[in-house]
Formats: sequence, structure tokens, C-alpha cells
Amino acid sequence: MSSVNEKIAGKIRSIASSLLESGEVAAFLGYTTGSLPGMMQPYVARDAKEAENLSWSSFCVINLANYLPALLKSFEPPRRPNEPPPEGPLPKVGVVATGCWSRNMVVQIQENQIDRNRVVIVGISSRGMVDRRKVQRFVGNREILSMEEQANFLVVKGKDFEEKINRWDVVRDNCKTCTHPDPVIYDELVGGLSGKRDIPDRFRQVDEIEALDIEERWKWFQEEISSCIRCYACRNVCPLCYCPTCFVDDSRPQWVGKSIDRVDTALFHILRAYHCAGRCTDCGSCESVCPMGIRMRLFTKKLQKDVLELYGFEPGLDVETPLPLSTYKVDDPEDFIITNIKKGDKK
Amino acid sequence: MAMDNEIKMNPYLPYPAVIDDIIVETEDGNLKTFRLVLEDEKDRENWNHTPGQFAMLSIAGKGEIPIGIASSPTEKGSLLFTVNRAGVVTTALHKMNKGDPIGVRGPLGNGFPVDSELRGKNIVIIAGGFAFTTLRATLIYMLEHRDRYGKITVIYGARTPGMLLYKEELKAWQSRGDLDVHITVDREAPGWDGLVGFVPSIAGQVRPSPENAAALICGPPIMIKFTMPPLEEAGWKDSQVYLSLENRMKCGIGICGHCNVGPVYVCKDGPVFTREEVQKLPVEF
Amino acid sequence: MKPLVVEKAQAEKWLEELCRVFDVFCPVKVKGDLYQWGRLGKKGLPRIPEGVPKTTIKTFFFPQPEVLFEFGARPGLKDAFRLKEPVCEKRPRLLFGVRPCDARSVVLNSMPYEEDPYFQKNRDETTMVGFLCKDGCSTCFCTWTGGSPLGMEGMDLAVVELEDGALFLEPITEKGLGLLEFDFFREPTEEEEVFVKGLREKVNKDAEETSSRLRSKGLMDLYNAPFWQEVSDACINCGTCTFLCPTCYCFDIQDETLRGKGRRIRYWDSCMFPLFTQHASGHNPRGDKLKRVRNRFMHKLKYFPDRFGPVSCVGCGRCVRDCPVNIDIRQVLARMLEV
Repeated sequence: MSSVNEKIAGKIRSIASSLLESGEVAAFLGYTTGSLPGMMQPYVARDAKEAENLSWSSFCVINLANYLPALLKSFEPPRRPNEPPPEGPLPKVGVVATGCWSRNMVVQIQENQIDRNRVVIVGISSRGMVDRRKVQRFVGNREILSMEEQANFLVVKGKDFEEKINRWDVVRDNCKTCTHPDPVIYDELVGGLSGKRDIPDRFRQVDEIEALDIEERWKWFQEEISSCIRCYACRNVCPLCYCPTCFVDDSRPQWVGKSIDRVDTALFHILRAYHCAGRCTDCGSCESVCPMGIRMRLFTKKLQKDVLELYGFEPGLDVETPLPLSTYKVDDPEDFIITNIKKGDKK
Repeated sequence: MAMDNEIKMNPYLPYPAVIDDIIVETEDGNLKTFRLVLEDEKDRENWNHTPGQFAMLSIAGKGEIPIGIASSPTEKGSLLFTVNRAGVVTTALHKMNKGDPIGVRGPLGNGFPVDSELRGKNIVIIAGGFAFTTLRATLIYMLEHRDRYGKITVIYGARTPGMLLYKEELKAWQSRGDLDVHITVDREAPGWDGLVGFVPSIAGQVRPSPENAAALICGPPIMIKFTMPPLEEAGWKDSQVYLSLENRMKCGIGICGHCNVGPVYVCKDGPVFTREEVQKLPVEF
Repeated sequence: MKPLVVEKAQAEKWLEELCRVFDVFCPVKVKGDLYQWGRLGKKGLPRIPEGVPKTTIKTFFFPQPEVLFEFGARPGLKDAFRLKEPVCEKRPRLLFGVRPCDARSVVLNSMPYEEDPYFQKNRDETTMVGFLCKDGCSTCFCTWTGGSPLGMEGMDLAVVELEDGALFLEPITEKGLGLLEFDFFREPTEEEEVFVKGLREKVNKDAEETSSRLRSKGLMDLYNAPFWQEVSDACINCGTCTFLCPTCYCFDIQDETLRGKGRRIRYWDSCMFPLFTQHASGHNPRGDKLKRVRNRFMHKLKYFPDRFGPVSCVGCGRCVRDCPVNIDIRQVLARMLEV
């Protein structure tokens, strides 16, 4: 492990264990080292001893905000769906947060999914997480048996090869275009802050697809999702997806077929993306977890661009600015409402 | 035709049937008994079930739902299913009329051991709410073969008098000399001069003897939970108590994986288990 | 049955002949480094990648979705359930390049599906040409689960790739023998026989009898083991593991209707999804994540062995590689064995 990560991991462990030891938090949510090269596992430490298992690396690709609401709930006394929470303070949970994760926590606070007073956020400025698929492509089809992280390099070893890869070359696309690597809310900070980044062409991937004509765009979309197995990893890993019953699972009424019909799969991906509009922070978890390598992040990225252009809004930067798609303002753009159509007119 | 034969072997294909009669059982209208007649004579002849078994009722375009068979195999010619309106299929079923086509797939599951373990025993039937259905089948069967069983005690309760199932038959049973029947409702109600109280407390008052006896209990989980202590106090063992489990089911033949409770498939290995068997399983029902 | 050898050039012709009779499927490269099962495309012998493709062959036996039967969906239609199984003229199928773990998965799935006419019919109509493994991947663990890299269970014909590209063919069933009724083959040389024998001897035979050890454990001891909490903490309850797993076989049944015509289909379902067990009343016997993820492992490693004998896992390593949160079944298995 690189010394940068080792330092961060050490601090996370000491903060977590003192929070757990003092009883300030009931659990601490972070990462532990996985069983495969380049894999980290989300991990909940419930006592100081377990905090020793916490770790940190460039492979922490899952947004931990996703786990927070359920983890907080697990420490509440059981109650019926409409019963109000009990009086008095409830146990707290500690959590590690990079820029985008903390921004999703802001959205969760705004949408009443978590209570700010019940989370102790340990902020870390993200250096960008690594895309395992890029690393795999870099070494061709050869099986990777170990991945060692150095400050700016990855040393990847297989049965009969060893490659040194520039870390930034294999960082995820979303991290490369990230403008807010620093946590926006935190109670403790590990390492320094790196400031807002200016990325002039951050929507380049979206621009390229927008430049296609409508048939080609549809073809691109169809091909992108053609291998979807409907495992819903993209949905389940997303901190924005918390409906008790998702529209794809609902059977009363049934909105979407449950097998792998192309139309149903397309509907799922389109609706999933739209549900994230104005809320998605481009954390990239959906794309990182997809077993089939579908780049569904581009769908939400397109909506992120639209929301920025239409409302000048980026989600999760502060708790006070309301989410544009769940608020009404008199001067909201409403170009989609067509009022001057006469009978017989064709648009 | 060979093809026809092959089709009958297919456990996913329902028998075509028709709704012969519909009886609204309860005052809220949410429980109806459907009398179904299999369309093909051969199917009618071949049909044979054990009380406690269930069948999948099929409505084309809506799907299937597992329902306990409320009629006894001794009531030949038709099948009774008492259905609570709850989900998509049961709601569709409740809207159907006499003469409408329907599919029946079954019989499925094991049923109560009426011809083996229960023979020669004193029988105590305890039911709450609309879970009485397969116990009605069992009781009818036992009355048909009255000499095969000892004393038969029935404790049955519903929220209100209007929520009791099979009201006419209840009356007839109460007037029989060879049957000890206790019908109860949760609260006092105008015009009701029978027992008042929850099933568990009535069971405690009746205090059936466990000697050479078996208890068949069907009802909401909470009723079963509170019925056990008075029985245990009277000396009942878990191995003497038969329960019928309900879980979400799809195939009904132990493959699709929906209804498993630990290693056991409710649809194939059950739905009837002794309490002793259930106690060894994870609480996933 | 006696083995034969086909030279590389002749093998291509052999495959061409097979294509006349069968719909031939093999691992096909689709996106970048992603192999999926697909129709044999280009002429010539396909390259069978080391290890297993991303998708499994269960789709040939347990299609996603599968039509059980069709019916008239107009209300009041008397013969709604008189319509029979859909008739579609299909050519027999040949799966070329099945790895031993995947071939074995069909044998395991056949146990619960013994009385399932659709599965068994698909099995009858499919011929499997297996490719034995000389090198595995680091995520392979077939020997832990009762299999072997050179195992031939489920195959009709077993193939060993020889050094020079020739194929050493061992027919296992009559179906497999039928594939060799051509003039492309010769008897193996003594050297070739020794080579294949040598491979067999290298296989680690002292793998512990995992399934019998698991069967001997107490059901509730495993169920109540404390480590499920940690597994559940990381799990996001997606269906990746179940859908990529060759031995996950749960399904749901549903009716679909369109313009007066209906069909009853079954499609893959996953015990990881909350609605899997939810009653119409709203009650859910496996309402929380821990119960669901535990059920998946308990089903594979305890319930299935208790019922059928072997574990319902072939050690292909797909879930190990593709679980988004790196829940590693090998670690879960190890912890279950410690209980």
C-alpha cells in the first residue's frame, strides 16, 4: 500500500477506534481490504477492535452514503411504518466521506433520509479512484494476481508479467472530471484539502454522444444496455435509490416486465437515470459495480449537464439550496410546455 | 393422443375448470367460497386429494395463487376454495362470475395425516379467522369416517359473528352429539349468544386432554403463538401439534425457491408440519 | 469409450459438419475482454478462453425467460387453459467449449429440476462438448466443491487441447459418440495418452469433502453464526451473484398478455430481492438483508447438500470476481466450515 494510503488508513483507524471506544458512535462505516487485487469491501466496525480492520486505497469505488440510512435505522428501536421516531437522541454512526460521498449525504439530509446530528463524518479529499476495468484493459486479457499501489503508480503482476501503470491513466472517468474532490461536510478531516478543480471539458463524453444524430444515439443506447442482466447492482448501490418498492419490482400495478426484454431493460435504465436528475453527484458507483461493464453513468451525466445548464445547479454542495426538481420557482424554465399549438398544427 | 398424455404430465399446466357457484362468506365481502368443477370427466375422476393440501388457482392473464382446498375428498364432483381478497390474483378472482373459466393445478403439498398418524386419535381442531378452510376439509372427512377417530373437539373463532365462515355448517355441527364444538368471537356483538373471547383463552378453558390426541391448528401467527402456552400447560407435546404454514409460492412443486424455510419447501414438504418439526427450522415463515 | 484425436486443420472441418446438424454455441468475445455464450460466428475453430465466460450455460436449460404455455386472454374464453405448450421447431443445440465446472452445474441443477419437463427437454436437446482445464484462474475453486479441472460430469464429449493444437476427444455418452461419426479422426499416439494421463495425475485429489463436512454441521448452528452480520454489512442485495451463478436456479412465474393473447412465462428471480418472499399481506419472512444474503449461501452450502448431497456450487468463481462488494464465497465457506 502506498504511504499516502497507509497514513490515511492509520488515521481512519485511530479516529474510528476512539469514536467507538468513547461510545460517541455505535458503529463506524468504512472500508476493509478485499480478497482480490484491486478490491475493497465496505465494512462496519462495531467496536475498537474491529476498527483495526479499516483500510483505505484507490479502489474504494462504492459510495458509502448508500449504506447510511439502513445502518442508522438498525440502531433505532423497531417501530411501525408510520410511527414517529422515539424521543431523545438516537445512536450515532461514523462514516468516511470523500467529495461526492459527502455530497450525497447532503442530498440525503435534504431528502430526510439521514439526520445530520446522527452522523460523524470523517472527510477525505479524494485522489480519484481506480477503474479495475481500465487496469484489466491495460494488461490485456492476462489475469491479475496482485496490484500494489505506490504514490502515483500501480504495479500490476500476473503469472508471467509485471507492469507499472501511471495511476492517473486508470482513474475512473467520473473522478477525472470531478470538480469537488473535497468533502463538503465533515466533522473531522484526514489529510489536506485539494480545493475545487476546474475541468473545462468535464462533459466531453456527453457532448460526443449528443453530437450523434438521433438514430445513432438510440443505437448507442441500445448497444450500451444490450448486455444488461437486470441484476440491479447499479440501482442498489446508488445512494439516491431508496424507494421502499422500486417501480421495476412493483407488481400492483406492474410497470415493467421482469425478464430481459429489450424494451423493459431500456425503460429501467431511462427511468433510473431520470430519477437521479438533479440529485446525482456522478460518484460513479453504478458504473463501477456493473458486472457487464455497462457505462450507465453516461446517462446520469447527461442529466447532470442538463440540470446545470437549465438551473445552474449542482447537487449536494450545501444543505440550504433546495433541489431544483423537487421545488417550484416562478422563473423555472418551462420550454417543454407548448402553449401556442393550434388545432391542425404539426410541431 | 400421445400429446395429450404428455401434457398431463406437465406439472405447470392447470386443469381447465369452471366456476360452478360463489358463496359470499363474510359480512365484509372479502371472503368468498368458490365451487369449481373440472371440465374434463377424466380429470374429475383422477382428482384425489388429502385434507390439508392446496392447489394453484389460475386466472389467464393474471397468474396463479396457492389456495387451501376447503372441500373434503369425500365431497366428490367439485372442489371448494375459500379465498381472501388480498393480491392481484385474488382480487381478479373476486370479480369473477358463475360460469367463468379458471385453471386448477394440484393437488399440491402433503396434507394432514388423516389416514395414518391421526387415525384412532382424539382430535382437537383449533382455527382462527379464514384459516379454517383446510380444517373444514379435514373435519368433513373425519365426520364421513367418524369411527376412525376418537373424540373430536372444534375450537373456532373470528373477529365478529359476521366474519365466521361456513355459518350453516357450524350450526349443524353444534347440534351433533358426536362433536364438541366451541365457536367464539373476539368481542360481544348484538344477537350473538355464543362464546366471547380470543381463541387461545377459549382453548385454555376447554383444556383438551393430550392423551392419545392430536391438535390441528390453523390461524394467524399471533393466535398460534398464544394458543401454545395453555396447551403446553395441559401437557401437550410439540410432536402432537400439527400446523399449516403459508409462504409465497410460485411453482408449488419444490423448485422455484420462493417458499423455503431452511432446507424445507413449504409447497412440497408441507404445508403441514408438526410443531416439533417447525421448531427445528429458522423462523422464516 | 475409446478416445480419438483430431488435428487442428481437420477440427475446423469437423466443426463445419457439426454446424450442419446443430445450432452451435461457444464463448464469444463481445465487449473488450468480456466473453459471453453466443452463437458460433466466424468459420474456424473458436478460441476457448482460459477459465469461464462471464455468462453461464444455464440460459440454455433454463432460458431467461421461458414460455411455459400460451392461452387466450379474452375474458370468458372457455378454453383458456386448453392451449398447449408452444410449438417451435428447434434444431438440436451443441455447446462447444464448456468448462468442467459449468458442465457439472447442469448435473447439479438437474437434481431439483428432476420433474421439470422444460428443463429436462432442454437437456435432452443439448449436447455438451467440454474443454478440460489445464490452467485455472486464481478465482477457480472447483476442487473445493466436489469438482475437478479435468472433471467430465455432464459432458457428452470431453476435449483436451494438445500442445500442437490438436484435440484429444473422449466420448462420454452416446450423444458424444455420435459426434465422432466422421473420417476426421485418428487413434491417439502413446505420447498423447501419456500426456493426458499426466494431466489427470496432477489434479489435487486430496481436496476435503466439503459437502459431507457441511452436512454434518447443525442447521441452526450455521444459521445463527455471528459472521453473517459482516457479510450482510457489505452486501447491497443485488442479483449479480445469482444471475451470473451457474447453479442459482430460482424463478418466478408470470402471465403476460397482449391483444387477446397471453402466455405464462417463467423468468430468473433472485432470493436477494426483497419481494422474493413477500406475502400479499405485506408480511415478509426474509424482510431484512441479512436474512436474504444468508439464505443464498445457506441454500447453496447447507440446504442443498442436506437435500441432495453435493453443494450447489461448482467453484467457477464468477461471483468471486463480479460481486460488486467483494463478498467472497470461498471466505464464507471457510467460515461455515469453522462453525
